[in-house]
Amino acid sequence: MSETVLDAGEPANAPAAHRRITLRPPRAKSKLASSFHTPWWHRAAERTIAVFALAAIAAIALIFIFIAREALPMLWEAEFAEEVALRDLFVPKQWHGYEDPVFVWQPVGEPAKFNVVPLFIGSLKVTLLAMLMSVPLGIGCAMFVALYAPRAVREVVKPIIELLAGIPSVVLGFFALMVLASWAQATFGFRFRLNAVVAAIGLALTIVPVIFTISEDAIQSVPKTLTEAALALGARKYQVALRVVLPAAIPGIAAGVVLGFGRAVGETMIVLMASGNAAVMELFDFSTSVRTVTATIAAELGEVAQGDPHWRVLFLLGVMLFAVTFVLNIVGDIAIRRLQKRLTATS
Amino acid sequence: MRYTGKDWLLAGLTGAALLVILLLLFVLLGQIAWHGAPVISAEFLTEKPGADMTSGGIWPAIYGTVFMTLLMTLAGVPVGIATAIFLTEYASPRSRIARAVRMAVNNLAGVPSIVFGLFGLGFFIIFVGGSLDAILYDDPRPVWGKPSILWASLTLAVLTLPVVIVTTEEALRQVPRELRDASLALGATRFQTVYMIVLPNAKGGILTGVILAVSRGAGEVAPIIFCGAANFLPYLPTDLRDMFMHLGYHVYALATQSPNVDAARPMLFGTVLVLLVLTFSLNLLAVIIRARSRAALRP
Repeated sequence: MSETVLDAGEPANAPAAHRRITLRPPRAKSKLASSFHTPWWHRAAERTIAVFALAAIAAIALIFIFIAREALPMLWEAEFAEEVALRDLFVPKQWHGYEDPVFVWQPVGEPAKFNVVPLFIGSLKVTLLAMLMSVPLGIGCAMFVALYAPRAVREVVKPIIELLAGIPSVVLGFFALMVLASWAQATFGFRFRLNAVVAAIGLALTIVPVIFTISEDAIQSVPKTLTEAALALGARKYQVALRVVLPAAIPGIAAGVVLGFGRAVGETMIVLMASGNAAVMELFDFSTSVRTVTATIAAELGEVAQGDPHWRVLFLLGVMLFAVTFVLNIVGDIAIRRLQKRLTATS
Repeated sequence: MRYTGKDWLLAGLTGAALLVILLLLFVLLGQIAWHGAPVISAEFLTEKPGADMTSGGIWPAIYGTVFMTLLMTLAGVPVGIATAIFLTEYASPRSRIARAVRMAVNNLAGVPSIVFGLFGLGFFIIFVGGSLDAILYDDPRPVWGKPSILWASLTLAVLTLPVVIVTTEEALRQVPRELRDASLALGATRFQTVYMIVLPNAKGGILTGVILAVSRGAGEVAPIIFCGAANFLPYLPTDLRDMFMHLGYHVYALATQSPNVDAARPMLFGTVLVLLVLTFSLNLLAVIIRARSRAALRP
């Protein structure tokens, strides 16, 4: 492989190799000879590049540190302890006037109730519903485009779906709020105009391109030898698709699904605009409005004083959200890498 | 090859999935174009909004979006390109540092946009801005430590960093190895090779990445809700510390917080149309430039 050619000459010894090409033997500080040496600013630029390259790592670290910095004082601050007990953030509590212990998120109530469970349930509910729609759609599109569509159709469809990925989420949220909500209410007779289903349709529009792109890549990169061998053995086209191509591409498709899930959990504008935002603890009724973690942060942070218990809890939500998506990303990453290994091993 | 019933069934089902998506996209674009187009006029694009937000134009929002995107590009693109150069030209792909950077980039791409908003608030505004205020001024009123176009742009620069890095890296990898080898063999230093051979040959692909990042950044709203976007500002931002109006934020605020959504409807559709046209034309430009630069590199 030519891969090694460049890597052999690491930046450290590149200038040394270069110095050997001087035409005359370098006499004492001749101007000409020195012009063959690496100018100082090349080194400076290379150093700058190396430093800049660390920006992504720094960004990840800073994001975590500075969100946690706003959330963590809840562990020792007296002001926080007075108003909220830490365990009430996660376990149900029987508030005054309630019959049973409940999970409630009521930050403006008296006393303020900050139980994060309903928000995560809300996020999970909308996300799962969106996945239910977008996984079959995304994989279906990918299979059609990769296996059945004629070349001309493929060349048109791929950019169109990429276009869908380029639509700002606020536009999708607007579309769900203004158009989809009315249509869904008229069609399905929802009691509430804005609900989990409407938000999930909007979300599905952002996830389908993610799942489509990665799955299509995975399907395309299944070696032709596999499909040809199956066809030569007399398999039908649908058998090849379902029993040869799909199993071989599964890690890639799984990666697409995981990354799509991560996108859906973190999506803010669509759920903020189209989900109705009532924090109802209702597991299976999809016609009620929901409030997700992201929408809660977006809607409430603007009205809270810095350092307030409510402020700290909202940043805690941010930390948890970050952690969840971080794990999902790593899982998706590993799945993609495993696919690449598997496919290079078989070809 | 002959198709049997089951072949047709699978092709039909997957084709139907594609049709559903295309139909939804068609309805979305159709509705926005249909309701938005009649609103667009010279006044709509160049005038300030009326006090009730249901009349007038959206010029401050357009101006704010473009200004913010420009700042974001200035801050983020050099860093992104440098990272891509480091990954493709300097670091060996299996080295620990390259793997760590790549992993960070992948993760950064998956961080929810609202988390970037919290980051912008916690890091740029409270920490950096707050520290600047504490050092420079005695006045308790914040000068730097408050939402502004500067902090919003920097936050979005971090958000769009992965887009720039990934596309630039791809562009750099498409420059044939022979060109680099030839340059090094002629005695050029590695850095000379990078900036006289590799970068000029990859400039189309890099430009694509920049444009995609700009289009992504122009449409993001969640990160700037707390970092500097304003609901209604009758003046244009002239200073880095001013707040600004933003097309996407304008849509969000008007659609969810307006006392009279029905009256604001035409304004809303018009604003959404402008935002869509802006991001789509950027995306289209990126696609064209990418296709051209790929064709140019083909032997």
